Amino acid sequence: MSTPTTTAPAVGGSDTHPRPTPLQGRPGVPFSRTLQAELRKMVDTRAGRWMVIVMAAVAAIILAAFLIWGPAEDASFRSLLELSTLPLAMLLPVLGIMAATAEWTQRTGLVTFTLEPRRGRVVLAKALAALVLAAVVLVVAVAASAVANIAGGTGEWDLTAAVGGGVLLALLIYVLQGVAFGLLFLNTPVAIVSVLVLPTIWSIATMAVSSLEEAGRWLNLDSVMQPLFAGEMAGQDWAQLATASGVWVLLPLVVGTWRVLTREVK
Amino acid sequence: MITVENLTKRYGGFTAVDDISFEVRPGSVVGFLGPNGAGKSTAMRMMTGLTPATSGRATILGQTYRELHNPGRQVGVMLDASAQHPGRTGREVLRVAAVSVGVSRSRVEEVLTLVGLTDEEAGRRVRNYSLGMRQRLGIAAALLGEPQVLILDEPANGLDPQGIHWMRGLLRRFADGGGTVLLSSHLLHEVQIVADDLVMIGRGRIVAMGSKEELLSRGGTTVNSTDNARLAGLLEQADVPVSRTGSGLVVDAEPGVVGRIAAEERVVLLELRSGGSEGLEEMFLGLTAATSREGDAA
Repeated sequence: MSTPTTTAPAVGGSDTHPRPTPLQGRPGVPFSRTLQAELRKMVDTRAGRWMVIVMAAVAAIILAAFLIWGPAEDASFRSLLELSTLPLAMLLPVLGIMAATAEWTQRTGLVTFTLEPRRGRVVLAKALAALVLAAVVLVVAVAASAVANIAGGTGEWDLTAAVGGGVLLALLIYVLQGVAFGLLFLNTPVAIVSVLVLPTIWSIATMAVSSLEEAGRWLNLDSVMQPLFAGEMAGQDWAQLATASGVWVLLPLVVGTWRVLTREVK
Repeated sequence: MITVENLTKRYGGFTAVDDISFEVRPGSVVGFLGPNGAGKSTAMRMMTGLTPATSGRATILGQTYRELHNPGRQVGVMLDASAQHPGRTGREVLRVAAVSVGVSRSRVEEVLTLVGLTDEEAGRRVRNYSLGMRQRLGIAAALLGEPQVLILDEPANGLDPQGIHWMRGLLRRFADGGGTVLLSSHLLHEVQIVADDLVMIGRGRIVAMGSKEELLSRGGTTVNSTDNARLAGLLEQADVPVSRTGSGLVVDAEPGVVGRIAAEERVVLLELRSGGSEGLEEMFLGLTAATSREGDAA
């Protein structure tokens, strides 16, 4: 690349030093390194690590409690897994939120976005890192459920591919929703409250106001997820899942990404 | 090499950075000096692509920041030493950056030694760091990728006098190796120790630029009149260089020259004196007084 001549007045140094040339190569850094860094940042702080530990602990406690006090004949692999993923559906969005907001609340964006100025790639890396972590947490939950089944369950291995895939997809959608809300608000407490409260307000509204009932069937993320968890997705269920995810995940994700791309980093 | 051409940033009606141009050549440590709110940080954020410029452009090594391949290996940036996640240890902050920049873990230990953070300090969480330690960590992060250019915002802030001299040595060696350093400061005495050349900015505009010696010994004439704008215009017409300060004009000519022009054109002078050896200091104090809340008390 040629160095354009400039009219800017020179200050300092002298012409004795050779004019340095920039490194050759494509702008920014390879995506794999950005992803690796973002993944690491999600678990290398006390808050991030404790989120993972708390998720694992809550799942373990629920499993243990069910085995001790729950109806023994219901303790099959599938129901144990459903139980242990219940708290994950609530906590995983928080993990996604923390990944998305940290750059702004702790102002680490000043470093992150100078090392990789193409912010869209950082956003993509964050979303992928959150999905990877969600998958890892799910694997742990599956393993814990399996152990619980052997230790005190019915010993029945009744998990179908539809249920397994459904649970995985549902958790990934939830964690992505967290990332989306985090990007949208760029503020951890506001994003957490919104992710927990807004869907609840919406579902109450759809129940209370009869004219909203039909809209609620299509736009209530929690209710359209039920057949997904149960592994009973039929034609219309997929369409409802798509519309609800579009409104609760895709829309905030797009608006939030646009915000990050255009916002001044201070 | 850092090149800034007609860089301007406006926020609504407020102009934070107003048409600044300069080029920092390799082998130099240049201080970007100005009172708080003068536009130093905004200008530096525009140089590093964090803030879009309203107009003008900034290039580093001839490329805009966003065009740079692996910027961390070419430009060391520290825009705010306290902008670190408090829950990470100093070493972890550098390791994460090392992943992104693509340097080894041993390089992390190298820069820790270079900035004088001990093993025990590197293992502490940033939450428990003093401002001076955060500055050292920030410099370590900037040096991680062995860049050719350093852009540091207030790097000496929070350092003790010893630390400031240490920084001078560190940056001087960096520049002697052909590196380019631009660092900002709002303290004249601090920047006098660390930098060799100065770009002085006030209310978004460059008011003086040159080597420290040149600026410090600059004769010049301070003049104040009932109509400074008109007087400045007249002086410029007469090819006499003029710069505006908070309390009047600083003219690069003998007082007699200024007096004659003023008399011929019937401009009422309120003050006319030789700037003397304290020209830079006066100019800086003038700027600070004009922009600070204390006003005349400063």
